[in-house]
Amino acid sequence: MYQYSENNLEQCTKCTVCTVYCPVAAVNPLYPGPKQAGPDGERLRMKSPLFYDESLAMCLNCKRCEVACPSDVRIGDIIQSARIKHSKKKPGLREFTLANTDLVGSMATLVSPVVNATLGLKPVRHIVEGVMNIDHRRIFPKYAFGTFEGWMRKQRKVQAQFTKQVAYFHGCYVNYNNPPLGKAFVKVMNALGYGVQLLDKEKCCGVALISNGFIEKAKKQAQTNINSIRKAVVEKSLPVVATSSTCTFTLRDEYEHLLGFDNRDIREGIDLATKFIYNLLCDGNHTLAFNPDAPRIRVAYHSPCHLERMGWTPYSIELLKLIPNVEFVKLDSQCCGIAGTYGFKKENYETSQAIGAPLFAAIEASECDYVATDCETCKWQIEMSTTKKVLHPIEILALAIGH
Amino acid sequence: MNREYDVIIIGGGATGAGVARDCALRGIKALLIERHDIATGATGRNHGLLHSGARYAVNDRESAEECIRENMILRRIASHCVEETGGIFISLPEDGLDFQKKFIESCLAAGISAEAIDPKEALLLEPSVNPALIGAVKVPDGSVDPFRLTAANIMDARLHGAKVLTYTRVDELIIENGRVVGVKATNTITGEKSEYRAQITVNACGIWGRDLAAKAGVTINMLPAKGALLVFGHRVNNVVINRCRKPADADILVPGDNITVIGTTSSKVPFDQCDDMYVTPEEVELLLREGSMLAPALRYTRVLRAYAGVRPLVASDDDPSGRSVSRGIVVLDHATRDGVEGFVTITGGKLMTYRLMAEWTVDLICKKLGIDKRCTTAETLLPGSLSSLEDCKRTAVSSVGAKSSAFYRHGSKAENIDSSTAAKRALVCECEQVSVGEVEYAVNELNVNNLIDLRRRTHMGMGTCQGSLCASRAAAVMAGTGKSCSAKAKADLQSFITERWKGMSSVAWGDTLREGELLSWIYDGVCDLSNKNQKE
Repeated sequence: MYQYSENNLEQCTKCTVCTVYCPVAAVNPLYPGPKQAGPDGERLRMKSPLFYDESLAMCLNCKRCEVACPSDVRIGDIIQSARIKHSKKKPGLREFTLANTDLVGSMATLVSPVVNATLGLKPVRHIVEGVMNIDHRRIFPKYAFGTFEGWMRKQRKVQAQFTKQVAYFHGCYVNYNNPPLGKAFVKVMNALGYGVQLLDKEKCCGVALISNGFIEKAKKQAQTNINSIRKAVVEKSLPVVATSSTCTFTLRDEYEHLLGFDNRDIREGIDLATKFIYNLLCDGNHTLAFNPDAPRIRVAYHSPCHLERMGWTPYSIELLKLIPNVEFVKLDSQCCGIAGTYGFKKENYETSQAIGAPLFAAIEASECDYVATDCETCKWQIEMSTTKKVLHPIEILALAIGH
Repeated sequence: MNREYDVIIIGGGATGAGVARDCALRGIKALLIERHDIATGATGRNHGLLHSGARYAVNDRESAEECIRENMILRRIASHCVEETGGIFISLPEDGLDFQKKFIESCLAAGISAEAIDPKEALLLEPSVNPALIGAVKVPDGSVDPFRLTAANIMDARLHGAKVLTYTRVDELIIENGRVVGVKATNTITGEKSEYRAQITVNACGIWGRDLAAKAGVTINMLPAKGALLVFGHRVNNVVINRCRKPADADILVPGDNITVIGTTSSKVPFDQCDDMYVTPEEVELLLREGSMLAPALRYTRVLRAYAGVRPLVASDDDPSGRSVSRGIVVLDHATRDGVEGFVTITGGKLMTYRLMAEWTVDLICKKLGIDKRCTTAETLLPGSLSSLEDCKRTAVSSVGAKSSAFYRHGSKAENIDSSTAAKRALVCECEQVSVGEVEYAVNELNVNNLIDLRRRTHMGMGTCQGSLCASRAAAVMAGTGKSCSAKAKADLQSFITERWKGMSSVAWGDTLREGELLSWIYDGVCDLSNKNQKE
């Protein structure tokens, strides 16, 4: 088995293919690129922390450098770890608001009509920009009225009737902004003969806390999640399934590489919804009754960066291709530019939109009815920047088995 | 062209450069002749250790005292060439602690501060150190960059009127009436032959000094002792680690610039091998085995390259290892020793004592020429050395990495590097953060003739990729300065890549082998540098 060494940077041969694939370096000449910010810079920082450069904050942590690397260097991890270790910039109100998805989400869902209406107003967005440095052109995701967890509590008895069970890591987005996606997941799983339950305790995976510099808080939440997942995977032998590709990636890889947790005993028990369902449909024991009257739709699939990093994009693609009423279009794999909270920040707005521009053009040219993707922040970015509505592959699947 | 000088110095190592500077500062008209580039012999082929002298304290009190004095002087006059890392001498269980007691006493007697610290404290001070250690002593070791040190001496010598000729080979000494009165030399680039005359000729040729002396009919018994070293890809340690025992093979681990060096071996080699030394598999194995006793991480750390130098020891006995020979300074006035007037040899010693060696030599020159001038090299700062670089740093506008690296390398002279435009700030060498502006500065101000010279002045091509990515860019920038044309650039690239591969070949396994493959794909496969596919 391959063992990660502390000095993973040594494997870099300086071939520079990572910088070729870096979406930021392609549009922002001020960013030195993953090679220099990562293994090259780390070598200098080993001499003295004075070599740390705040330009590393321009990295959007898409990990496309790691996908491109022929030498298996964890370039993105090196950059993020350096930020954690050396950055002198203290997170402010903006970072606090963007990163604390649980806190902000649980308050916003109580009064969501007001929050949604207010954040939709242009003057308010200008004030938000003035006070928080969040770009006024950025459109916030809408908050739901009532959480997904609240809905699930009412479902408990129904779900318990299924002999086969999965634990669902829904993530903040499903909980506070998009409960219908969670409900779609439950519908599909039930149709496959699985009941869905929640983890004992679920916290935000922490990806936004990590990228905004709240490391101690991220570690605390990770510990809670690891404990809950361990209970499900190890004690109850339940697969833990998530619909969000970034949550999945964070739980599986970032917890170990950036936060230093040993999650090896549970890592293989954490799965992505599209992969889990595709594997069920291929095992010969599971079928879905597709609705023959479902309208034919043209769906363009966008592969999120963190899903690419896990190497699981084919599962989402093949699952969509199994749906009879879907006319499938594959978009070239490229970053949409938002990278979670990155694109919300005023200083990153131009970079963020420049990165996404080729993707937006491809989406418009695809003449699709819907864009499909496994990542919620990609969805925000694409919906804000194109004329198309974005659905999760699981939502498209749920529509196809509807009555 | 005026070819009359007071003194001709042969040899452009640290010693020769130091003699040239000392002469120039005392108003003596000096010419330095070097057959290759500066610092190409033993000067550039050692640890780069700023010895505290502790290593010699037990067996060679005189050398130890010289070391600590020069150590303190270099920190002041060459601050940009020195890094004050500090050092520790560790005792492992198999060493016991008996030597440590004697060691500390001897250090203190020689004026070297030596403080025993708890093994736990040693691990905090240097986390890479072997955790099995049973004792540690803190000493004022550091690291010194021999290329920069030599270049700074050359620069100061020229500023004060000395003339420096590199790539100039001395063919013979001109001897008239039993007196050396000058040299006949050939420019190895143009082939042009010239004669230079001076009242005194100084032999500062290191191990090659034996051959030069022979041209004057003088015999010096020298013992070429080869020392092999390995360079690791990054800094493993930030504090010099030594073994607290009788000096032996591979017992010093030095953090220098962005890398770590382990060394050395010691073996007698024939004179005909001194010009072209390879590091053998046995030496590599020994260095890794012993090195990982100091820092276990070395066992799995990427080795960038191997190199070897020859200690110019003057044989005093027939010790086969060359280790119990004193590192003491040897100044030979061949008038009194051999009856040959106008000829002086400076040898023995070590990088640490280059300045003192120069002082003694120039003192002798002054005596012979009847000049009454005191040596000032211990007080006069070398160009680039300033107590604080913070003010200069604030005014530079490059990236943090390039800016810090440039000041690390050139001290206050880094102010002369043009970073006014994005084109000048663009990096040639990314591993070592060398900008276009820095390459141009080196080519224009630091007497650079080819890519290998450029590497010695800037560190270009000394990083992880060993020039894979930067050599061609550097060749292009050099061509742009008008110092090169495309045909010369290609030949230059060939010799640069060959030289890089020579150092890599002894340690070509794992990532270094993969790097070598990439190097060969780029330069042979894409650029056809070895002309495999060229048709006449």
